[in-house]
Amino acid sequence: MTLADFLLTILLGAYAIGVVAALGARGALGRGLVAGCGLAGALAGVGLGAVCLGTGIVPTVTAPFLPLTGFALRVDGLSAFFLIVIGVVGAAVTVYGFGYSAAYEGRYSLRLLGAMLNVLLLSLSVQVMADNALTFLMAWEAMSLSAYSMVLTEHDRPGTVRAAHWYIALTHAGFAALLAMFLLLSAGDLTTSFAGMRSASLSSGTRDAAFALALLGFGTKAGIAPLHVWLPMAHPVAPSHVSALMSGVVIKMGVYGLLRVTIDLLVGGPPWWGGLVLGVGTVSALLGVLYALMEHDLKRLLAYHSVENVGIIFIGIGAGLMFQSFGLPTLAALGIVAGMYHTINHACFKGLLFLGAGSVVHAMGTRNMEEMGGLIKRMPRTACFFLLGACAISALPPLNGFASEWLVFQTLLGGSAIPQPEVAVVMPIAVAMLALSSGLAAACFVKAFGITFLAIPRSPRAEQAHEAPWSMQAGMATLAVACVALGLAPFAVVPLLGSSLAGLPGVAPTAMEFSLALPLQVPGTSGQMSPLLLALGLVLLLVLVPLALRLLGADRRLRVGDTWGCGRIGQTPRMEYTATAFAELYRPTRDLSIDFHPDSKYFVQSIEYRSEIHPWIERVLYDRPLQGLHRAAIWVRRLQGGSLHLYLFYLTLAFLVLLTAARWWR
Amino acid sequence: MNVGMIGYVLEVAQATLALLLAPGLVGLVRWLKARLQNRRGAPVWQPYWELAKLFQKEVVVSSNASWLFRVAPFVVFASTVAVTFLVPILAVPLPFDGVGDLLVVVYLLLLGTFFLSLAGLDPGSPFGGMGASREMTVAALAEPTVALAIFALALSAGSTNLGQIVARTMADPAAAVSPGHLLAFGALFIVTLAETGRLPIDNPATHLELTMIHEAMILEYSGRYLALIEWAAALKLLIFFSLLGNLFVPWGVSVVLTPAALAVAVVSLLAKLAVLAGVVAVLETRIAKLRLFRVPELLSVSFVLALLAVTSSFLLR
Repeated sequence: MTLADFLLTILLGAYAIGVVAALGARGALGRGLVAGCGLAGALAGVGLGAVCLGTGIVPTVTAPFLPLTGFALRVDGLSAFFLIVIGVVGAAVTVYGFGYSAAYEGRYSLRLLGAMLNVLLLSLSVQVMADNALTFLMAWEAMSLSAYSMVLTEHDRPGTVRAAHWYIALTHAGFAALLAMFLLLSAGDLTTSFAGMRSASLSSGTRDAAFALALLGFGTKAGIAPLHVWLPMAHPVAPSHVSALMSGVVIKMGVYGLLRVTIDLLVGGPPWWGGLVLGVGTVSALLGVLYALMEHDLKRLLAYHSVENVGIIFIGIGAGLMFQSFGLPTLAALGIVAGMYHTINHACFKGLLFLGAGSVVHAMGTRNMEEMGGLIKRMPRTACFFLLGACAISALPPLNGFASEWLVFQTLLGGSAIPQPEVAVVMPIAVAMLALSSGLAAACFVKAFGITFLAIPRSPRAEQAHEAPWSMQAGMATLAVACVALGLAPFAVVPLLGSSLAGLPGVAPTAMEFSLALPLQVPGTSGQMSPLLLALGLVLLLVLVPLALRLLGADRRLRVGDTWGCGRIGQTPRMEYTATAFAELYRPTRDLSIDFHPDSKYFVQSIEYRSEIHPWIERVLYDRPLQGLHRAAIWVRRLQGGSLHLYLFYLTLAFLVLLTAARWWR
Repeated sequence: MNVGMIGYVLEVAQATLALLLAPGLVGLVRWLKARLQNRRGAPVWQPYWELAKLFQKEVVVSSNASWLFRVAPFVVFASTVAVTFLVPILAVPLPFDGVGDLLVVVYLLLLGTFFLSLAGLDPGSPFGGMGASREMTVAALAEPTVALAIFALALSAGSTNLGQIVARTMADPAAAVSPGHLLAFGALFIVTLAETGRLPIDNPATHLELTMIHEAMILEYSGRYLALIEWAAALKLLIFFSLLGNLFVPWGVSVVLTPAALAVAVVSLLAKLAVLAGVVAVLETRIAKLRLFRVPELLSVSFVLALLAVTSSFLLR
């Protein structure tokens, strides 16, 4: 038994034991067992990924312990990378969940929550290792259903059930697309191994159809605009550690699937594939951040940022696909590596932010930012972690969000190598939109952190907030360390990501040639930067400046006084800036309706201020078809006459039609 | 002393020179503006006295403020000083060119703005919140424009590192009048006004609550904290002026490390700064401040200019 096989066994075993333990044990013991098993499985996953990436060993398992045949697991570079992503976030989330779910004791079903958490982690891990469509689709469905049941945890809160319905409906629409795609690729036999699909020769029409279905199915899971509507509903209502897992990892399965199918199984395609991925990525990046700016529900704001960041990942991958179809393998590898780098970075900082938001919700009992404030004094460590996450997601150097966005920018800069100018022109537009969305993201996180954590508490609940317990802090600390490490060491991460692509056909083998030198130097383009030296310089300056001030004899007295307020006495939270006001400059419409006196418009009878965001995507693309569907359903209901004779007639008719059709086809 | 050492010494000298010149540049703009408005005006070195005075005063901190309020001035100052090591001010190439490229410069400046805005929200004053909201709105449009505008130059230079962009334009002077460069110059000039809080976006001389942006945000600051923020703001002005001067009109920047070349570089830098200060002073005398809700429109114009600059560089390459 090699080390990799051993770790694989531990991974599968630990999660399975976790499910059983969750159903069996209750109280703190149950929570502890859930967390312990989940942690063991997650660490085994990280270990397995690291071993496979480090040594290049590819363990292949044709799961012998399952009674059903046809399941096959195989770990290659891409799976290894995603195993690490799942493991890092999974480890933090399980530890955090131990403390977080304590508040659910006696209110909601902890057994179901614990069991489903382990099922989710198990199905995620199996999914990235799947070596045939059957295994993949089964794991996909297990993932969707376990996430669904966890979204429903706080089922008695308003909006939860509706959000879960949206989630399950859209995720199954996506599943249908994926099933159709795999049936196309495998010519009807779902147990065909991925190697078999790779070698199958398909007509270009079939390949295009398969790609479109893959983009639809995986795009739904990844939360790409306009398929994202379920995401800002479902992620906020789930328990916060589950939100972190869903935003950090589950939506990344869309990214994994897209990479697996387009780059590995279909081995690239015509330029419009990449162009389409790039296009939807750009739209998602901008729409996600604009909607996030309008939000004052802390967790919904983060959920909209997931749409933005998945958009950035898709920009990288889309550019990579375009380069691949123009025969530029090095740039193709660069784009995909940039997308993958942003995948793990987003998993870490969004996981961290959701866990931080979870601590706030845990302490406050509300997600509404307008009731928060002043939490930096009451929850200092959570505030620090959240600030770190906010800096990372705003792409501020030297943290990890910056490193991967930099790489995406460098990829797009390489776009001038595309020989057709009418195609190349999409690259500068993508650059512009990416730059704009990261600027807006920074504005959004000033709002998110500033309104939530700074200034005076806006409600009694905020005044009485308490710091999170140690297990929740440990979960946040894990991801915070990951954010810093991934940000400082792109010179180590990027070659590793390059090597994870090494086995894939159609991408440059030169992916291995990313420089190991300290500045992140990129083939094809020649930008350079070194976050490590930059961080050193910043720290040095942060030490030297106060020291110099002291040596030069600057005044060191400090007096605490009131906030200046034009002479008014006493400051109340009502005078503070609110989250809504902060984003007022972006708000396209006024939500003020004023009733005037019928005789004179100078007499106001009532003023109503309403702040509601109903995105037009939902209005145009979802609400109207849904209304149509509703009308059709009412019409169809007439068939249900209530008479037994009528139903006997339907049965006979259906039977005759089927028999005739069967005879006809034969 | 070998060549490598000279490079590091030059980096430190360049940053020190920028730090020392920055308040004078602000003073020069103010003085020119005063003369254009028929006022006598404070002497050019007035900002130095102001800084010295602020460093000698005690700090008053709001009781609502947290540690973030006290850390922010140092973050702002450190990130701005770090930028001076990365932009071409006197000579190219310098040893720290590889530490950060144009994106690092843009996002480092954003780091400072980010913390300053948070510090604006920290004391819970409505002015601070107002300023922070406005500052981030301006920055969210301005920072991408800076990145895009310089990106247009990076495309023709084949590198995002600022030193190489300068070297490339010097080697190929025709590039300096290409459409990409001209459009990018227009965009970067508008953004310079926005980023450094100048008319018509913000008025550095106002203390009227309804119109101010930067001043509202730092209203709660005093003493040495205020001094650091003011100094960083002056430094930012100098950084943007030297980006405008050295990226688009690179002549004068020293490419060989000889004393004569460096002397030329210092003189040409001073000349470029003086010309730009004159332009800004004339502009600030001639035009009125835009209404706040019109500011995003102006910034959108510069954003579109930058987008066109990048696109034309892409296609005309």
